[in-house]
Amino acid sequence: MTGLSSSLSTLLPMPGELAGILLLSLFVSGVAILVSMLLGVPAGIFLGLHRFPGRSFLVTLVNTGMGLPPVVVGLGVFLLLARSGPLGGLDLLYTPWAMVLAQVVIATPLVVGITLAAIQGLDARLHLQILSLGASTGQLYWKLVKEARLSLVAALAAGFGSIISEVGAVMMVGGNIKGQTRVMTTAIVLQTRQGEFGSAVVLGTILLLLALGVNWLFTWVQQRQKA
Amino acid sequence: MSLLGLEGVEVVREGRAILSLPRLDVREKEILAVLGPTGAGKSTLLRVLHLLERPDAGSLAWRGERVPWPAPLALRRRISMAFQDPLLLSGTTYDNVAYGLGLRGQNGSGARERVEAALRLFHVGHLASQRARTLSGGEAQRTALARALVLSPELLLLDEPFAALDTPIRKHLLEELRQAVRAHGITCVYVTHEQSEAFAIADRIAVLRRGRLLQAGAPEEVLLRPTSPAVARFMQTGNILPGVVSKRSEAISEVTVGDRLLFSRTGLPAGTAVDACIRREEILLEAPGDASPAPGLNRFRGTVETVVDLGSTMQVRIDAGFAGFPLQALITRRVAHDLSLERGGEVLATFSAASVHLIPREGNDADADL
Repeated sequence: MTGLSSSLSTLLPMPGELAGILLLSLFVSGVAILVSMLLGVPAGIFLGLHRFPGRSFLVTLVNTGMGLPPVVVGLGVFLLLARSGPLGGLDLLYTPWAMVLAQVVIATPLVVGITLAAIQGLDARLHLQILSLGASTGQLYWKLVKEARLSLVAALAAGFGSIISEVGAVMMVGGNIKGQTRVMTTAIVLQTRQGEFGSAVVLGTILLLLALGVNWLFTWVQQRQKA
Repeated sequence: MSLLGLEGVEVVREGRAILSLPRLDVREKEILAVLGPTGAGKSTLLRVLHLLERPDAGSLAWRGERVPWPAPLALRRRISMAFQDPLLLSGTTYDNVAYGLGLRGQNGSGARERVEAALRLFHVGHLASQRARTLSGGEAQRTALARALVLSPELLLLDEPFAALDTPIRKHLLEELRQAVRAHGITCVYVTHEQSEAFAIADRIAVLRRGRLLQAGAPEEVLLRPTSPAVARFMQTGNILPGVVSKRSEAISEVTVGDRLLFSRTGLPAGTAVDACIRREEILLEAPGDASPAPGLNRFRGTVETVVDLGSTMQVRIDAGFAGFPLQALITRRVAHDLSLERGGEVLATFSAASVHLIPREGNDADADL
């Protein structure tokens, strides 16, 4: 109890830092999920609609990607962005953008996979019906997004949930630099390592509440559309 | 004049041609029914006609001009289609019918009037603001038809649109559709496996089986003068007897079937191996009496093998001495009652020479397995 109150007292005087960590978490994961949706939804629709050689290999790749260990992603992105790596010249390592990139790699397969399942869940002839009413390819994709939107909100929720709570990749490519790349999860790891269990619990609780809040929002949107 | 012509079109799946059409023309303002059993390639044909699937071989011509691939959107938009399932989109009935016009950038008051007119035409105007997916089967299919017709397509494709509906609604909707298509001068391809639907709506019927066009022509032509036993069977002719033309006089051919002799009005040279088709409803049954042949009239004494109750009619199978080929007759309940038909009883089967249609046998062997 004393540990908790002392850590609260050490945390509470620094609301600015806490707010910074919270905002950075939301920013990194928010941008990452946005990019993942922009990449993953069209890719999922494409895989769902078309049959072509190599498709099943791609689907296997996506399914594997849905369970990618974040640490491995972190390692990959690290090697990519390291000074001697192919994208080393961009100087992105240990910046929020490196963390965004890692999270995009984690979330995109999830979004592709759930979108693919959603499109396959629609009547197979629905896209023919939409095309037959005169839709261009762009109009077809947009209509399918609207028809499968309940599932796509689930893709959004699953993707966001997986990256906001992820620690391995952001730690490796972000470096947990105070005031620059420290997010909720890396802060919790640090506090725990330093024996500051109380503040770790507080941060953990805030993270949980954040995840709960965001998911509640998604569920609300989903149910409202269903009604 | 041909609106959309197919030449040498082939669609291949897993090395097998599932559609192979040397030539098929959809003529301007006609209703063409494509009749065929499940798996005949009807849906594939519709995708090709809709310019949504590029055939593996052959070409299509729209009013004589070759269609490039991928087909231009502007050309695709002259065609619309309704499926067996209404496949309604989320939103209201109105939203569904307005969707296609919206895709064309037509959202103004003119579009609204067209949507409302289409809804009224198919009697779903009062359901405009209802969620489309809460509509009943009949209402949903009316909405789907309104959605396809509101676009004033030059070619309307219908893929068994009433197959999922009950008979009374189906008949009613078929008639409404026929009137609407006629009134708007729309060319229509109506795909079905139901012979009665095809006859109720079509100017021409094309019989499709295993991706091949077996015959295309006026409904009566296809029904009464099939060009192959497969078409005859699909048209439920009932009796297809193998024989040989033994004598040809002025108007009558004599055909030997086993040790029996049939008269036919189809003119074929003596010695031609034929399949003699007799529609089952053309055979009259009478109480046994004089069975002596008369010119132009076929008359056989036979024994009743089975009587199957089909509701309004009865199907009677008679052994009339055509070895291995019993005669099938379709008669009314009253006739069955008057003749007190029962298994083993004797009857006289009579049919005119005009009811016997002969198909020369050469080249028809491929159809033997239907």
